Amino acid sequence: MTGAPEVLDLDRLIDDRQTRIVVCCGSGGVGKTTTAAAIGLRAAERGRRTVVLTIDPARRLAQSMGLTELDNTPRPVKGADTADGPGELHAMMLDMKRTFDEVVLAHADPERARAILDNPFYQSLSAGFAGTQEYMAMEKLGQLRATGEWDLIVVDTPPSRSALDFLDAPGRLGSFLDGKIIRILTTPAKVGGRSAMKFLNVGMGLLTGTLGKIFGAQLLTDLQTFVAAMDSMFGGFRERAESTYQLLKAEGTAFLVVAAPEQDALREAAYFVDRLAADEMPLAGLVLNRVHGTGAPQLTAERAQAAAQALEENGTDREPRQAEAETLAAGLLRLHAERVEVIGRERRTRDRFVAVYPDVPVVEVPALAGDVHDLDGLRLIGRQLAASAE
Amino acid sequence: MDWEGVRLHVVSGKGGTGKTTLAAALALALAAEGRRTLLIEVEGRQGIAELFGIAALPYEERRVASVSPAQLGLSGPRTSGDVFALAIDTEQALLEYLDMFYKLGRAGKALQKVGFVDFATTIAPGVRDVLLTGKACEAARRKGPDGRRVYDAVVMDAPPTGRLTRFLNVNSEVAGLARFGPIHSQAQAVMGVLKSPETAVHLVTLLEEMPVQETVDGFTELREAGLPAGGVLVNMVRPPVLDAAAVAAAHGDHREEVAQALVEAGLGGRSRSAATRRAAVEPLLDPLLAQAREHSERVALEREQRAELAALDLPGYELPLLSGGVDLGGLYRLAGELKRQGAA
Repeated sequence: MTGAPEVLDLDRLIDDRQTRIVVCCGSGGVGKTTTAAAIGLRAAERGRRTVVLTIDPARRLAQSMGLTELDNTPRPVKGADTADGPGELHAMMLDMKRTFDEVVLAHADPERARAILDNPFYQSLSAGFAGTQEYMAMEKLGQLRATGEWDLIVVDTPPSRSALDFLDAPGRLGSFLDGKIIRILTTPAKVGGRSAMKFLNVGMGLLTGTLGKIFGAQLLTDLQTFVAAMDSMFGGFRERAESTYQLLKAEGTAFLVVAAPEQDALREAAYFVDRLAADEMPLAGLVLNRVHGTGAPQLTAERAQAAAQALEENGTDREPRQAEAETLAAGLLRLHAERVEVIGRERRTRDRFVAVYPDVPVVEVPALAGDVHDLDGLRLIGRQLAASAE
Repeated sequence: MDWEGVRLHVVSGKGGTGKTTLAAALALALAAEGRRTLLIEVEGRQGIAELFGIAALPYEERRVASVSPAQLGLSGPRTSGDVFALAIDTEQALLEYLDMFYKLGRAGKALQKVGFVDFATTIAPGVRDVLLTGKACEAARRKGPDGRRVYDAVVMDAPPTGRLTRFLNVNSEVAGLARFGPIHSQAQAVMGVLKSPETAVHLVTLLEEMPVQETVDGFTELREAGLPAGGVLVNMVRPPVLDAAAVAAAHGDHREEVAQALVEAGLGGRSRSAATRRAAVEPLLDPLLAQAREHSERVALEREQRAELAALDLPGYELPLLSGGVDLGGLYRLAGELKRQGAA
């Protein structure tokens, strides 16, 4: 049997001046962005100068924070109740391409930067490289942190195919730009013939010839131009990626894994917890969204079903009003039975997770009938996130 | 059957809506009545293997299930059909492709050694997408020695809606990079199949705001890209428990009458005193009515979402929520539903 999980104390986490970054991660569709926004609002209203960095929020959630377009700059959120305290709430949506452009502009002289920005490979890479979004989210986080303007930065991570791409992306881009093939393409043929290519025992001509045959010669020229232009920036890229990675490991960063009490979501969550541990990233706890509850736990599903059946089998020799009330009561009982079964299923799923990860503090957030799209809704979620610790 | 003539079914949807499950169910449904279908996975997650409870799939088409009409709860001839599955591995697909067209030999090995495959698919994601969609198109058109199609239908479990149009619209993706050459022609050939009436792109959704919004946006994007919109697959639909009654309970004041009915049902205990029995059901009343109010709110929201989906004016299918997750039995049940509702 599993005991009750340890409870996550959100207020202690966000009130702690040492906490400077909260990263919300989890698979898609579990309410990660909403959680990040709710935590940001609560922290601001409790006196911290907070910025929420969202990646791809649902339209109405974005609107609730006054975000109407990608503009890559934190904007104050109207309606946050911060007038009496020192706190402030700002929010921004990540513009991946613009962030990448800024990195290029920061690391290359204007002429070279222009050559890179105009290159079709750069355009493909900055818009579609698997991991660009993750990499740029981390880049932006690093920038926000570097300004020193913020007490607390709450980050919503991209809904990655493989959950923790954002940890790997900087390294992946780094090793990609560092890769052998890039070196071959950037090495002038005569040198390459002697050194880089020698151990492969293939001529440079054969290789580029093959590439040209596959992609067409124009493409190869574009590629070489691109790689040559990027060459000067590699060092800077690697350095930035490394410092962001260190920032995530540093004291003052807290990871929250967000999930729903469903098998798939918790399987992903388990993967996150393992991965964070392997990378020595500081895990603060698990946020379990959309947990069902009931005000009448004493009434079991079986008793509710039996009572509903008894009412439905009642004869027809009653007043219409009474018969109607009995039909209604039977419906309420069936609904309750269904609810109790859902609760049982969710609890078993949660307990399986807790049995494997007894040290991970958990906070549960009750299911709402609809989606959240205003600050009141976010405030309510924030209260619920903090409530279980009391 | 709503998709007569469609050979390639592309299934996408917002993450968490169960698109892999419904892609598999569709492949099963299409295989009923002695047909043969191929289910393709492109994201390397081995979701198909997990669903069918088998070991991880290699990069090879292999039979994962057979299906008879009876298994889908249908009457009819007893011929069973087969579902094959393929998990596409990008690296192998690229090497296979290159070998097929160029007989690379030594150069191929060299390319592999210097990390070319990684490089090509990284720097130009469009190239990877061409390979993946290209493989699906090839399978959909492949003919056997007898001149007949090898597969009656191919179902592709595609990336989620957010990345779908970019994934399918390989032509424009690759056009900027490879303006000539074989990759370019390959992209054009793939686009030809994808935009033809032989293809249908289905989107999976739930009756919730965000997935529905994403579905509506997704179909708009598909139309703008000239890709053929297929059906709307509404997943995890809950059975209508007492819709009308719940709404009534939520809006009217039936507290006392409900209390009496609960006493009548025996929930007040066996005391002789009516007052005691009435008092015993009191703690149940507010929670039960609150649950009814939540339920009716949800029903109202679902109604709005259904209306949004209906406005798309596309064939729609509703699949029930399987409590306790999807096992193999559940998968056949969903396939049966798809078949009954005309999706296959």
